[in-house]
Amino acid sequence: MKRDWLPLLLIPALAIAALPLVGSPASWVTLTVAGLAMGLMIFVMASGLTLTFGLMDVLNFGHGAFIAVGAFVAASVMLALGPWMQAESLWLNLAAFLPAILAAMAVSGGLGLVFERVIVQPVYGQHLKQILVTTGGLIVAEQLLKVVWGPEQITLTRPTALRGAILIGDIAIEKYRLLAVIVGLAVFAALALTLNRTRIGLLIRAGVENGEMVEALGYRIRRLFVGVFVVGSALAGLGGAMWGLYQETVTAAIGAQVIVLVFIVIIIGGLGSVGGCFVGALLVGLTANYIGFLAPKVALGSNILLMALVLLWRPQGLYPVAKR
Amino acid sequence: MTEPLLSLRGVKTDIGRYHILHGVEFDVPEGGLTMLLGRNGAGKTTTLRTIMGLWRAAAGEIRFAGRDIASLATPDIARLGIAYVPESMAIFADLTVQENLILAARSGPPDQKRLDWIFTRFEALKRFWTLPAGNLSGGQKQMLAVARAIVEPRRLLLIDEPTKGLAPAIIANMIAAFRELKDGESTLLVVEQNFAFARQLGDSVAVMDDGRVAHTGGMAAFAADSVLQQHLLGLGMDTHQ
Repeated sequence: MKRDWLPLLLIPALAIAALPLVGSPASWVTLTVAGLAMGLMIFVMASGLTLTFGLMDVLNFGHGAFIAVGAFVAASVMLALGPWMQAESLWLNLAAFLPAILAAMAVSGGLGLVFERVIVQPVYGQHLKQILVTTGGLIVAEQLLKVVWGPEQITLTRPTALRGAILIGDIAIEKYRLLAVIVGLAVFAALALTLNRTRIGLLIRAGVENGEMVEALGYRIRRLFVGVFVVGSALAGLGGAMWGLYQETVTAAIGAQVIVLVFIVIIIGGLGSVGGCFVGALLVGLTANYIGFLAPKVALGSNILLMALVLLWRPQGLYPVAKR
Repeated sequence: MTEPLLSLRGVKTDIGRYHILHGVEFDVPEGGLTMLLGRNGAGKTTTLRTIMGLWRAAAGEIRFAGRDIASLATPDIARLGIAYVPESMAIFADLTVQENLILAARSGPPDQKRLDWIFTRFEALKRFWTLPAGNLSGGQKQMLAVARAIVEPRRLLLIDEPTKGLAPAIIANMIAAFRELKDGESTLLVVEQNFAFARQLGDSVAVMDDGRVAHTGGMAAFAADSVLQQHLLGLGMDTHQ
């Protein structure tokens, strides 16, 4: 089969189209890297959600809770290890940053397991109830975060090694954004390898297409779904931690704020498609940065406009998943 | 008398508010091919899906190899050695032919001898081995759906309308494959509208009408009784003969 490259070509096309509008090549590179970093962080948060929807038709508006919890847990660990974060040694920075990220993933993954059992499981196959119950779950989680961490926003300082920018001539590339790009690409590579090169990945791809037939072949798709839900929640936690450090502040509303972008990305990509989610996230990140630079007043609506344009072109998203 | 491999007693199935099966009763003897016939809407597909646990029986007993499976989940039913080929084929379009068969072989990588046998019957699958299944033609998809059910030995095959829309050459290959399976390791329960195909292959027959089994018996006797055929299947079946 011919691979569908057209949606993928939208990314360089968008970047090239923005170059004459931005004018300065240095600003264009900075904006492009910022867009890619933002897009890849959103991809990390969204990848699990698109798979859980594809596998079990579950609309989980509570996904933002895992993002927020990841951000708060990582913030707590980084604040507790403050001296290491501020040390000049890269190794001490890493000794604080990595445990913070791992703790965020572990707690968000664990919360995902409880969330799936208590909130999602009773409403399988009932979309309206899923929306109501998971949105309720997000609101409750937000309030619980305020109870545990207090209502004030937490200010974060990036580790010393990730502060500032790398200068190449006139071009300045923020170190943290570069890290976000590397982490996002690593997550995409890991997901792509798992989905395309392992039996469990085959099962997930088949389950997204036709869960009933996977069951008829003798596989328990419920267990698979719980596993994907937990991994997706852990990735949301990772994305939340990265996003918190990107903004250098964490508030209880962080999940609710980002979840809108996450949904735009998975709709643009085609519900259930990890590849589509990846392309959609990069398009959203780049658009937000270019428009934010060129016409800040319309930046807020730019992603909605992008989604509308994509859906006019491909109503099922960039990479629609073949269904039943 | 030996116990049948599959036995349905008083099976009732509701889909939403609709009562589809009203007490289905028939046996599938081990080691042969039983044809499940009937007009459109008689409840044949619902019967197969109920056996497979894809729709839950509201009442009645489904015994497979002496065990009541009516309350088991679909994966557990499949793991008892029952394979299912739905009418829609339900191949995984985004997966390659190879990946479809790898997934269907639960116990490990597909056995090469077994694959070679499948390829002698369904040569196109070998040709398009690495192609996404969504790119296959309708007939090739049907071959893949059947191949997926037989890539490993299974005790019972439930096959829903295998010849629907197929070219005669492919039907001939399918007949040959089903013959080898029923003469060897498997028992088959096949839903079919094509009476010519059913008559060639069936050892026994169960004919459904309005959610019940209206007739059971040997295929040879049923094929010889044109009055009964007309009464239970209608004239429409003649067009397939």
